[in-house]
Formats: sequence, structure tokens, C-alpha cells
Amino acid sequence: MDKVLEMRAITKQFPRVLANDRVDFDLNYGEIHALVGENGSGKSTLMNILYGLYQSDSGEIFVRGKKVDIHEPRVAIDLRIGMVFQHFMLVEPLTVAENIVLGSELRKGPFLDTKRAIQEVEDLSNRYGLRIDPRARIDDLSVGLQQRVEILKALYRGAEILILDEPTAVLTPQEVEDLFKVLLSLKEQGTSIVFITHKIKEVLAVSDRVSVLRRGRKIGTKATAETNEQDLAEMMVGRVVLLNVEKEPAKPGAEVLRIENLTVKDQFGQEKVRGVDLSVRSGEVLGIAGVEGNGQSELVEAIAGLQKAAGGKIFLGEQEITNWSPLRIREAGFGMVPEDRHRRGLVLDYSVADNLILGLHGKKPFVHYGMWRDDKAVYANAEEIIEQYDIRPPVATQPARSLSGGNQQKIVVGREFTQNPRLLICAQPTRGVDVGAIEFIHQQVIAQRDQGAAVLLVSAELDEIFSLSDRIAVMYNGQIVSVMPAAEVTEHKLGFLMLGGRLEDYEAHEVSGNAKQD
Amino acid sequence: MQNRIRAVRWQEMVTPLAAVILALAIGAGFILFVGENPLTAYKILFVESFGNLRNLATTLQRATPLMFTGLAVAFGYRAGLFNIGAEGQLYIGAFAAAWVGFTLTGAPRFIHLPLAIIAGMLGGALWGSIPGYLKAKLGVHEVINTIMLNFIALYLTDWLATGPFHGGSWVPETARIKPAAALTRLYPPTRLTTGVFLALLAAFVVYLVLWKTRQGYELRAVGLNPDAAEYGGINVARNTVLAMAISGALAGLAGTEQILGLHNRFIVRFSSDLGFMGIAVALLGKNHPFGVILAAVLFGALQTGSAAMDRLTSVPRELITIIQALIIFFVAAEYLIRRILRMKEGA
Repeated sequence: MDKVLEMRAITKQFPRVLANDRVDFDLNYGEIHALVGENGSGKSTLMNILYGLYQSDSGEIFVRGKKVDIHEPRVAIDLRIGMVFQHFMLVEPLTVAENIVLGSELRKGPFLDTKRAIQEVEDLSNRYGLRIDPRARIDDLSVGLQQRVEILKALYRGAEILILDEPTAVLTPQEVEDLFKVLLSLKEQGTSIVFITHKIKEVLAVSDRVSVLRRGRKIGTKATAETNEQDLAEMMVGRVVLLNVEKEPAKPGAEVLRIENLTVKDQFGQEKVRGVDLSVRSGEVLGIAGVEGNGQSELVEAIAGLQKAAGGKIFLGEQEITNWSPLRIREAGFGMVPEDRHRRGLVLDYSVADNLILGLHGKKPFVHYGMWRDDKAVYANAEEIIEQYDIRPPVATQPARSLSGGNQQKIVVGREFTQNPRLLICAQPTRGVDVGAIEFIHQQVIAQRDQGAAVLLVSAELDEIFSLSDRIAVMYNGQIVSVMPAAEVTEHKLGFLMLGGRLEDYEAHEVSGNAKQD
Repeated sequence: MQNRIRAVRWQEMVTPLAAVILALAIGAGFILFVGENPLTAYKILFVESFGNLRNLATTLQRATPLMFTGLAVAFGYRAGLFNIGAEGQLYIGAFAAAWVGFTLTGAPRFIHLPLAIIAGMLGGALWGSIPGYLKAKLGVHEVINTIMLNFIALYLTDWLATGPFHGGSWVPETARIKPAAALTRLYPPTRLTTGVFLALLAAFVVYLVLWKTRQGYELRAVGLNPDAAEYGGINVARNTVLAMAISGALAGLAGTEQILGLHNRFIVRFSSDLGFMGIAVALLGKNHPFGVILAAVLFGALQTGSAAMDRLTSVPRELITIIQALIIFFVAAEYLIRRILRMKEGA
């Protein structure tokens, strides 16, 4: 088959890490080639070399059969290579059209020819089936649509080879599906696509071929049709991975968390949680499924004391803890893996050891006389958790910032779980985390449950909800739509409820045998 | 593991050192321009600031208030606060110390002097905690409030020293403090006093508080990531007020040292921007107490040596101001310096 792109024996040495070690990679005309690997396996480095952001130490690149030297992005763009980054590079107050033509503006005298810009963007979006309003301002658009603008930007510059760096990391499941449709239609129009991800399901859903990197080396390239989830996971991690957690049936005990008619308002006075009742018992995992932004974050923060409850009551065991300070709630036997580890869970510039005592920093044995810090105890604690949770690199003095996402998450998980809290909230516990670490974290969640913790799991990943939960609740528009035993829930039913469907309607459709999918 | 820590510490020092060297190099260009030999001029600068015990004492005496104000700014910075108000806190602290110094009579030194010092700290702490409180409760940015409070402090002390507490002479100053409230001179005729020990002690205490106590852990966590701090059960508002109060107390000590050690009375507008210089000192010292000490000594030395350089060569003393400004410029342009260094490494 004809290759639009070929990279041969690309090697890139960073201080201390060999990011790419003689990596070969090629891309056929009009294919979607998934590039997968755990965080830090070198996939982004490889593509940044292709886009001219890094220079390789050795190796050759051929585009359309010709050897090229891509020493800056300008060259890549001239070669019709476009890249969409994980973090968008858009000017928020400007419109879609203005952003797309930025850098190659059409002029009418000294002025921007807005009309033609809009026209061209409209033509482009019609041609590729990427629907968007060229007049909309970027900051009014959802993340998914902003990403679409990024893709259009690359296409406007004539990209025939499109690199997407972890495009789904920021998207909701619905947006992911939309993105896949877009990618498939681009492919039909002849665009060749490199799709970087670490989510195996996505690879299987959309790609033609897949290449796996591990620790800077290419492990192999396969036709997607000839591989499967288990196979890819093993290639990525380098050992057999359990994709489903093995667990005994739950043995629920006494009620640990009870929420009565809770309402939470955001800073603008909007009700984000609207009259939620919920109960979680010792020894069970209650999973809250839902598209993000339906009040899950606010619910969790209110339980933790990080946002004020505007109404209703929260009980931890027998005690009412509504609007207590976060410290008091913690001390009553509460632990939480927050949804955003960078914002809430970690002080990134603190060492691993210091992060491992966040929230316990005022307690024995870490301080004496309520005041003097005991460095020995802090480091002993760190060594213990680092070993138990396999945090890598195992260096307690290293700033948390320098660790991979999965290992950062293990810091948070290790810290919270070793407290053995009565109530444990896990909000998006495996977001942006490697396959190997996901397996580990899931096992730990179940271990906590089996030790008698009441676990409240909030996740946008349906797989995660299914594999961990004993009961599943669906949250939509600030309310709990329904709570069901996990065994009675299908993915289809959950999807229906997450999008605002009512249980009665679903059952009615099921009976008549034509459940409607939105 | 230990090596890694050391490597990090060294890296921290690269930018300040490079900044100083670059600034001196550019300064050499100016010296050539006025027709002097830079090496000669710099030799004079060095000898006159460190060459003998007496010059060293003068250098330290000039450095002492900068140590305090540098520590004040650095402490605030560690808690995520940009304290531009060291100047105002310094004036309030200075006046409080002076007031105790001239009001109290008949007390022995071991009571009078500590009382005056404590008053100076409290004055600064009070002045610092006002913007701290406004930030914690109302979310008003501390930069705005500290700047405004600088003016208020300045005019307030102007009025106090020329109005109700005017010393009676034709000069705008208060009465002299009692000898029992004065800091002891260490090496007459230089004006170096025991205040320098107080500054070193303060640096050590700041180090202990920030890195060896629970409170320091909380303060730095608030400075680095207030959201995570809150999640970790840390009271962000309380720590904000506390950080500003401690920062203010340190600035207040700068004023205290000037009054009890140098002027022995409160003189209207005596400070000549010691508080603002503290920002530069903290910046150059990488907001670390020991770095602040070194940076303050450097600035003290530049000031001490500049007079001699002016006297003995045709290089004007203003050159030193230029060099100081360049140092600050280069430290602030850390990114630029790192790039230059990297280019040299050829990586």
C-alpha cells in the first residue's frame, strides 16, 4: 500500500530518559492509525518530532516518498501536516472564523475580510461535514466544538496528514462519539490520521491499524481487526492485565452516608444539585454515572465540605456533617480522591512525601507538640506508601509534578486509602491514568470496600461504573434519576438515563421492543 | 537521593549568580564608556565593601534592614502573597518602636529594648494583616491594598511625627529614644549594631517556621495551591491573614532596627525605599531566607562600595543603581537566562 508518511529509526534522548528508541512508524493514505502506549511511553514525543516541535537525535522522515527535514512546525505545515493538541490554542474572545483564518487572514484593504472568512469556513465545514457556526465566539463553545475548530484550523491550512494528541482526554462520551464520526468522514475524504490515545476501546472503535509504544520503543504494529482489548493491554503494559476486577458480591452493612434533600448552588446562585437523596452502606460501592456537569462535582464537594450546601442534610454515620469544615469531616472518617488531582488532590510543587501527608499534616506522628514537623515520620510514611502503592520513581523527595499522571494519582489514592476512612469518595479515580495503574486502583477500591468502607464512586467512564459498582445511580441535571442494583443495569439503559431519559419511558420502549437511542 | 536534592539547590542559585555576573559585565561597559578601567573600579568596589573589618561592618549595617524587608517579601511570597506593602509596614513598625523607645522611662535595657522591638513587630504585623484580612474575607487583591496602605502609613507617620509626637526641634522628627531602648553598637565608629544578629535570627526563624513546622506546611501549601490546601483541611483564610501578619512583622522589624540602631528617633520619611528594595532582595534571594541574607549583603556591599568608587574614580555612584536594576532585571528574566545557558550547553 502507498505510504504518505514514513518515520525510520527515530531516536530522541531527553536528559535522563530515552524518549524514543529507534522507533519506526508509517501511515498509509487515508487511514486512521492509532498510536497507543502508557503515559511517558514516547507517543507524543514521536509526533512532536514529526510536527517539528522537537528534533530527533537520529532517524529519517519521509513524506510522500521524499526525505524531509522538519526542523520547525512551519515546514510541517508546508508538508500539509496538521496537529491538534490536547490543550487548545485558540483565542477565546474571537469568533470561530477569525480563529481559523488567524495567521493567514484575508484582507480587504487594511481590514479583515470577515465575510469571505466566514464563507470559506462555511465551505470547509460543509465539505468535511464538520458542522459549526463560524460566527460563534470560542468561549461560548463546548470543549468538543472547540476541538472541532482546531481540526478545521488544520484543514484550512491544507492538512492532509492530521495528528491528534489524546483528543478524547477532554471530551465527554457523547463528544467522543461525535469526534469519531468526524474522523471517519475525514478519512473518507482522503485525510490520513494519526490518533494518539491510551484508551484501548477507542483504538478498536475507530482505527485501521494500531502501533504500540512502551518505554520509548515500538512493541508492534497490527491491523486493528486482528487484535483485541486484552492483546493490546498486554502489549502496552508488558504483562497480562486484568481488565475486569475480580470481586466477591458485596456484603453491605450499616448505613454510613445518608443524604437528604441536598441542594447546592454555584457561585452564580444556580442550583447545581437539586434535592438529592442518597444512601451508601458500609461494604458497598455506589457508582454515580452521568455525563459530566450534571451536578456530580458539586455533590461530592458538598459532602467533603468544600462547597456549601444550600439546603438539606448530610449524615456520616449518626452524625450530621452538613457544612462542617473539610478538616472536621476528614477527621470524622472521610477520605476522597478528588476528580481533578492537579487542582484539588496534590500540591504539585510539594515533594511526594509532603503530598502523602496532605490532610494529615497536623496529626501525629507527623508533628510533635502540635507544631514541630517530624521529617523522619514524614519520610517513613512516604516510603511505606510508595512501596505499597508502587509509586514510580520511588523517590520521596521528588516533586509530585515530575511524576506521570498515573503515579500522581497513586499518591492521592495511597494517601486517602491508607487512612481506611469509613466513607470514601472516588471521583473519576482513573482519569488520565495508564491501563496498568487503572487495574491497580480498581483492585484497591474493591479492597477498601471489602474492609468495610462505604465507597461512593463518581465516574464518566461507564466501564468503570460497571466493573466496580454494586449499585448504580444516574445523575442528570442535578438530580438522581434512579438507583438500581448493578446487575439490573445494561449499558444501553444507563446511556438512555444519562441523557435525561426517564426510567418509565425506557421500560415502555423495552417492552414494545424498540428502545430509542438518541 | 541526597545528590538530587543538592543538584536542585544548585540550580536554584544559577539564575541569581548569572544575573549578578551579567549585570556586572554590562556595568563594566558603562565604566569603559566613562573612560575608566572596570577592573580597577570593581576592585575598589570590592575592597571598600569587604576589604577590612570596618568596611565589612558598614556593608552589614546597610544590609541589615534589607535582610528584614527581604524576608518580609519572601515570607509573603511563600504563602502566595505579593506584599508590596513592606514600606508601609516598616513605617508603622518604626513608629511603634520609637514610641515605646521615647515614652517609657526608667525601664532597664533588658525590658525596654525587647518591648520596643515587640512593639515594632506588632505595628508591622497589624499593618500587614489589614490587607491580609481584606483578601481573606472579601477577596480584594493584596497588591492593591498594600500599595494603598503604604501611602496611608507614610502620611499617618508624617502627621504623628510632626503633630502629636513632634520632638520640638525644627526638624520633622520625634523625640529621641531612651538609651535603654537602643541597640548596641558592635564596632564603632561604624553604625553596625546587634540588629544584624536579630536579622540573622529572623532568617533562621523564618526558615524553621516555613520548613520545619506544621504552620509552614500549611502556609506554603496555601501559596502553591490554595484549592488543594482547602481540600487538605487547611484554613486558607486564616493562613492568608497569618502570612500577611508575619510578613508585616518582619517589615516592622526593619523599621525598628533603623530607629533603635541608626536614627534613635523617628524621622519623617527616613526609609528611602527600604521596603521596596526588599522586593528586589527577595527576588534575588529566590525567596529563601538564606538566599535573602546573601542578596541583602550583596546590595549592602554595592551601596557601601559605591561611595568610594565615586570618590576615587570618575565613575558616578549612580552606576551602582544601574547595576542593581540590571540584577533585578536579569533575575526577573530568568527564562531568558536559562535559554542563554542552554544555548551555551548546546543542547
